[in-house]
Amino acid sequence: MSKKQYAFYPGCSSQKGASASNFLTSIGVMCEKLDIQLNEIPDWNCCGASIGYGEGGELPRLVLSARNLALAERELPGQEMVSVCPACWLSSRETVDRLHESESLLAETNEALKEAGLTLKNEVKQRHMVEVLIEDIGWEGMKKPVVKPLEGLKFAGYVGCQTNRPFGIAGESFENPQYLDKMVEMVGAEPVKYDQKVTCCGGALAFSEPDKSQAQIRQIVESAYDHGADMIVTPCQLCQANVEIYQSEINKKKGTKFNMPVVYYSQLMTVAYGGDAKQAGLDGQLIRAEQLEKIASKK
Amino acid sequence: MTATYKNDFLKEVEANVEDGQWVKMCMQCGVCAGSCPLGPHWQHSPQKIFMMIRAGKREEVLTSDSMWMCTSCYNCIVRCPRKLPITHIMHGLANYAHRLGLAPKGQPTREIAKLFWDNIVKTGRVNELKFSLAMYFKDGFGQGVKNAMAMQGIGLGLMKAKRLNPMEMLGGHTCKDKGGIHKMIAKAREIEDRRKGLSGH
Amino acid sequence: MADIKYAAYICSGCGIGDKLDVDALEKVATKEGKMAVVKSHPFLCSTEGVDLIKNDIANDGVTHVMIAACSRRAKAEAFTFPDNAVSRANLREGVIWVVAEGSEHDEVRQEMAEDYIRMGCAEIKKMTQPAGNPNKAQSKRIMVVGGGMSGMTAALAAADAGYEVVLIEKTAKLGGFASNLLKRVPFNAPYAEAQPTGVEELASKVSGHAKIKVHLNSTLSETAGAPGRFIAKIAQESGAIAEETVGAIVQATGFTPYDINKLTELGGGQANVVDQAGLEALAKAANSGAIKRADGKEVKSVVFVQCAGQRGSGGNGNGQHLEYCSGHCCATSIKQATYFKDANPDVDTIVMYLDLRVPGMGEDFYRSAQEKGVIFTKAKVNGVSGGLSGEMSCKVNFKDLILDEEATVDADLVVLATGQVANAGVNLDEWTATVTAAESGDAAAVQRKSELQKISVLNLNYRQGPDVPQFKYGFADSHFICFPYETRRTGIYAAGPARRPMDMFQAMEDATGAAMKAIQAVENATHGRAAHPRAWDLSFPKARLEGCTQCKRCTVECPFGAIDEDERRFPLFNEERCRRCGTCMGACPVRVISFENYSCDTVGMQIKAVNVPDEFEEKPRVLILACENDAYPALDMAGIQRLTYSAFVRAIPVRCLGSANTIWITDALNQGYDGVMMMGCKKGDDYQCHFVKGSEMAYYRMSKIDDTLKQLGLEPERVQTHEVAITDNARVARMIDEYVAQLTELGPSPMKGFG
Repeated sequence: MSKKQYAFYPGCSSQKGASASNFLTSIGVMCEKLDIQLNEIPDWNCCGASIGYGEGGELPRLVLSARNLALAERELPGQEMVSVCPACWLSSRETVDRLHESESLLAETNEALKEAGLTLKNEVKQRHMVEVLIEDIGWEGMKKPVVKPLEGLKFAGYVGCQTNRPFGIAGESFENPQYLDKMVEMVGAEPVKYDQKVTCCGGALAFSEPDKSQAQIRQIVESAYDHGADMIVTPCQLCQANVEIYQSEINKKKGTKFNMPVVYYSQLMTVAYGGDAKQAGLDGQLIRAEQLEKIASKK
Repeated sequence: MTATYKNDFLKEVEANVEDGQWVKMCMQCGVCAGSCPLGPHWQHSPQKIFMMIRAGKREEVLTSDSMWMCTSCYNCIVRCPRKLPITHIMHGLANYAHRLGLAPKGQPTREIAKLFWDNIVKTGRVNELKFSLAMYFKDGFGQGVKNAMAMQGIGLGLMKAKRLNPMEMLGGHTCKDKGGIHKMIAKAREIEDRRKGLSGH
Repeated sequence: MADIKYAAYICSGCGIGDKLDVDALEKVATKEGKMAVVKSHPFLCSTEGVDLIKNDIANDGVTHVMIAACSRRAKAEAFTFPDNAVSRANLREGVIWVVAEGSEHDEVRQEMAEDYIRMGCAEIKKMTQPAGNPNKAQSKRIMVVGGGMSGMTAALAAADAGYEVVLIEKTAKLGGFASNLLKRVPFNAPYAEAQPTGVEELASKVSGHAKIKVHLNSTLSETAGAPGRFIAKIAQESGAIAEETVGAIVQATGFTPYDINKLTELGGGQANVVDQAGLEALAKAANSGAIKRADGKEVKSVVFVQCAGQRGSGGNGNGQHLEYCSGHCCATSIKQATYFKDANPDVDTIVMYLDLRVPGMGEDFYRSAQEKGVIFTKAKVNGVSGGLSGEMSCKVNFKDLILDEEATVDADLVVLATGQVANAGVNLDEWTATVTAAESGDAAAVQRKSELQKISVLNLNYRQGPDVPQFKYGFADSHFICFPYETRRTGIYAAGPARRPMDMFQAMEDATGAAMKAIQAVENATHGRAAHPRAWDLSFPKARLEGCTQCKRCTVECPFGAIDEDERRFPLFNEERCRRCGTCMGACPVRVISFENYSCDTVGMQIKAVNVPDEFEEKPRVLILACENDAYPALDMAGIQRLTYSAFVRAIPVRCLGSANTIWITDALNQGYDGVMMMGCKKGDDYQCHFVKGSEMAYYRMSKIDDTLKQLGLEPERVQTHEVAITDNARVARMIDEYVAQLTELGPSPMKGFG
C-alpha cells in the first residue's frame, strides 16, 4: 500500500528543542506505523498563534498563514495541509475561510504576499492530524497496529479549546466531544468521565495572567484526580505545557500535591503500537509517565 | 465626546475593527458573559462591551482591559445564539485600541502580545527562550530576575526534557526568507492602515 | 311503539376470555340483567361480530343493545347502531387491564366484571335512542360582525366553503385598523422586509363575492334566537332596520389602541410623541420618502418605547394602565423602525425594550432590522419630555438595563408602543348590576343601561345580557385551553384581537378557525344535533314540567344561557344553544330534567345494580363518577398502560361532573358503598372543563353535601371530589389505591345492610 502524502505544517512548538518537541517525535513514529507520510512545508513560518492579534491586527496575521498556504500550493501541489498544533490549524483554517469569503481580502493578501515572491490561489484544504486519523485512516485502521494494549490505565481525555472550538473535529459536539475518549479505548485503556474535558487552561494568558490561568489548570487536574485518572491525555501542545508545567507552581502556592503526567494521544498510540519510551517522546515529560514507560519497556 | 446612543462609534467600530459589523447583531442574552472562563475578572463582559459600543461609549470601550482578558478559548463563539464571532471581535477591539494607543498602559497581555509579535516577525518563527526572557524582563531588570528565578525550576526541567534549548539565545530557529517575511508584513500593515485611515505606529 | 327487546353481547377477545369466566358473565346478563338475548363472540368488533348484532336487530327484533367489551371510547364506530340504544360495559380497559395479574385476584376481577355487566344491563333498560331535535333550525347563513382583517378573512373562508355570509361593518368602508397601516410585518420567508398589508385586495374580494352580503355603516340593534335561527336586526345609517336570519355568528370586532393621552408620564399628548398608529399615519404621508413630524421637520432620530402603558409595573409607564402584553407591538416597532432605515439609513433609530417578544418567525425580522442598523437597547424608560418645535425636541430618560446606568437621549420623535384594548361590547357583570339597579328605579342606572346598549356589539336579547361574556381584561369569551373560538353563547364565535391581543397573521388564522366553527355550528343545528363538543349527539334535555318547582337553578346554572323562562316561569329550552352537558340535570332538585339516553335513572340504576358485599366480606365498594372528557379517558389510559388499581371501584362515565345529581351520592351511600370519588376537570379561572362551569358547579354542590352525610351518620371522607386531567393516568391509579386504603382504615360503611 502506498503511503498517504500530506503537506505538513509542524509549527513552532514542535521544532527541535522547543516545548513540544517530544510530541513531534511520537507523531513521527505513529505516522510511520499508519503509513502516513508528512512532507514538511519548506521554510514555513509562525501562524501568529492566538495572541498575535494584539500587535499584528487582521491582515498581517492572515498574511502569515497565507504564506504557509502559498508555499504548500507551490512546493507540494495537490497535497492537503496537515497541522498537529491546534493554533496552527485554527489560524490556517480561519485564513482559508476568510479569504474564501472575501475577494477583496484575498486581493490584499496577495498584494502583501507578492513582497515575499508568492501568490495564493487558496486551493489547499486544511486538516488537523486528528481529522486525518479519523477520516482517512479510520478507527479500524488506527486499531490494527496495536500490539501492546494499555490495559488497566485510566486517562482523563482533555480536549481543551482550540482543537474543539470554533471548528472542532467534524461530527463532534463542542460541549462533550467523544473522539479522544474513543482513542483511549482504541489503545486498550479506560477513559474516565470527568467534568473539565473542554475547560480552558488559560492559553496564552498563562504568561500574562498566571494566577487566573493556574486557577483554571487547578480545576482540570483536580477533577482528573477526583475521577480516578492516572494521567491526562490531550491533543494540544499549549494544553499539555500549561497543565503539566504549572502543577509544581500550584503545589507551591496552594499546598496541593499534584503530580499527574500529561501526555499526547500520539504518545499513547506509539506505545500501544510497540514503540519504546524514547520513540514515544516520554523522555520529554516533566512529570514522568511511569506507567506508560513500563509498558513501553515491556518486550 | 461621541453623542450617546447615536451610531457614530458603532460605525467607527464597523469600519475599523475586525468583524466589527457584527456588533449590532448582539441580542443581549448574556450567554457569552456566562461562558467566559475569565468571566469574573472582566471589567465588562462582551455583552456589555457590545452595548457600550451601541451606546457610543468610545473611550470607556477602548480603554477597557476586558478585551485583553481573552484566552482565545472560543467558548463564546460556539455558544452565541446569534453566531457573533465574539472572540474575533474582542481581538479586533484589542488591536484597534492598542493601535490607537488607548489600550491600558502596562496591561500584561497587551505587552506580551507585542513582545510575541515582535519575536515571531523577527525570524518568522517563535524563539521560546527569548520570548520567555523578554516576558520576565518586561517590567524591568529587577522584576525580571525575580520572575526568572521563580520559574527557574521549570526552565531547568524543560531544558532537561529537551523542550527548552539554551542555544536559542544564539539565534535559534529561523525562516530562510526573513527578508521576504519582513517586507510582506510591512506591506500588509500598510494596506490595513490605509484601509482604516490610521498612520503607521 | 314497537316491542322492546334487550340483548347483551359479550366479547371474549383481547384477553377478556382468558382472564374472565365468560359463561358466568352470560349467566349474570341472563338471570340478573334479564336480557332476552345473550351471546358471546371471540372478536365482537370484527365484521362478523358486528353482523351478528345487526342480524339480531334486523331479524330477531332486538331494540336495545348492551355491549360488554372494551371501553365506550374504543371501537365507537363499529358499535354504532343508529336506530338502537346502546350501552357499554367496560371489561377491557376497566377490568382486565387494570386489575393486578395473578390467580389471587381472579375472584375480585370476576366480581368487578360481573358488576359492570349488571350496570350495563341496568343502564340500557333506562335508555331510549334519541330521535333528535324535532324543531330543526333552517339557516346555514353565517353572520360576521366586523369588516377588518379578521372579519373579512372569516367571511371569505365561509363564503369560499359555500356558505352565504352577511357581513356587518359599522364604518363606511371595509378594512378596519389595517387600512391605516403603510405595511405589515412579513408573513413569508425570509421574514426580512415589511410587506404590503393586502387589505385592499381582501376588501375588493369581499365586496365582489357573490355569496357575501355587506352591510356598511351598520350596527346590530338586536340579535335573537339560537344557532340555525338567529334573527339579526341591523340598524342602517338611514335609520332603517334590516333583518337577516343567520345560523351562526363570528364576532370579529377587533381592538382600539390604548388612549395615548393617558400616558402623560411618557409624553403622551405632546406634539412629537405618537403611538404606533400615529407613526403609520406619518409614514403613509411620507410616501417612502423621509418621514416628517407633524410640524414638518424631517425626523433624524427616533426612539421607540416598548410596552408603553402595558404589562403593569413590568412595562414602561407608571403601571396604572394595561396589565397585559399585547403581543404584536415588538414586531410592529421593528417594522416601523425599518420605515426610517429604508428611507434613510442615517436616521438614528433606537428601540427601547424590556423583553423583545417576537414570536413565530419574528426573530428573523428582528435580525433584519439589526442588520439595517436599528439599535436595540434593553431599557426602562422613566420619562419622556419635550414636544416643542426645535432641533431636538424630545428627551427620553431611561435606565440602560445592560449597562445598569441612567441615561438620556435626544430624539426628534418618540413612538409609544401602546397596547390593544378589545372591542368586546358590554361587560356582563356591569350589565347585570345596572339592570338590577335600573329595575329598582335608579335613574342613573337607567341612563347607564341605555349607554351600555349603545356600546353593545351584538345586542343579544338573552337573559344573560347583550354580549358574550368577557375575561379579566375585557376580552371576549374564549375556551382558551381547548377550543379558542368557543364562547359560552353557542353558535357565536369570537375571533381576532377582540378575544385576545394578537397580530394580523394570528388574527387571520383565528378568523379562519372561527369560520370553521361557525360552519360546524350551522351544520349541527340544521341536523338537530348538539354543537361542539358532543357534536354527534342527538339527545337534548327534556323537562317533566308537571314536577317542576320553578326554582330556576337550571336556568341560572346552565353555562351556555340555553334556558329561558316561559311566562309561567318554567324553563324554556333553546335546544340549539344546548351543549348537552347535563348541568341542568345535575342542578335539578326534583330530578325532572333528563335526556333520552342519559338521566338520573340511567346512572342511578347502574349504582343500584352493583352487588355491594356486606361488612364481613372486607370488600369495600367505591363509586367513581368520572367526567367523560378527561377523567374517564385517564382511567382508560391507565388500563392501556397496564397500570393497576383496586378492583373495589366501579366507574361510571358522566357527561360532565356538572351533570352529577346529588341523588346519586345519596343512593350510593344508602346502598352501602364505602366511598364516592367524583372526578372532574380543573375549575377556576384557568378551568379545563369542556363546559366551562360544570366542574365548578359540582364542587359547589358537593360542598353542601356534608349535612346529608351527617344525617346518614357518615364521615365526610366518604365523598371526595378530585380534579383530574386527561394526562393523569398514573396519578388517577395512585389516587384510587390511596383512597381504598384510606377507606379500609376507616372501616366499612355503617349503612351496609340497610340499603
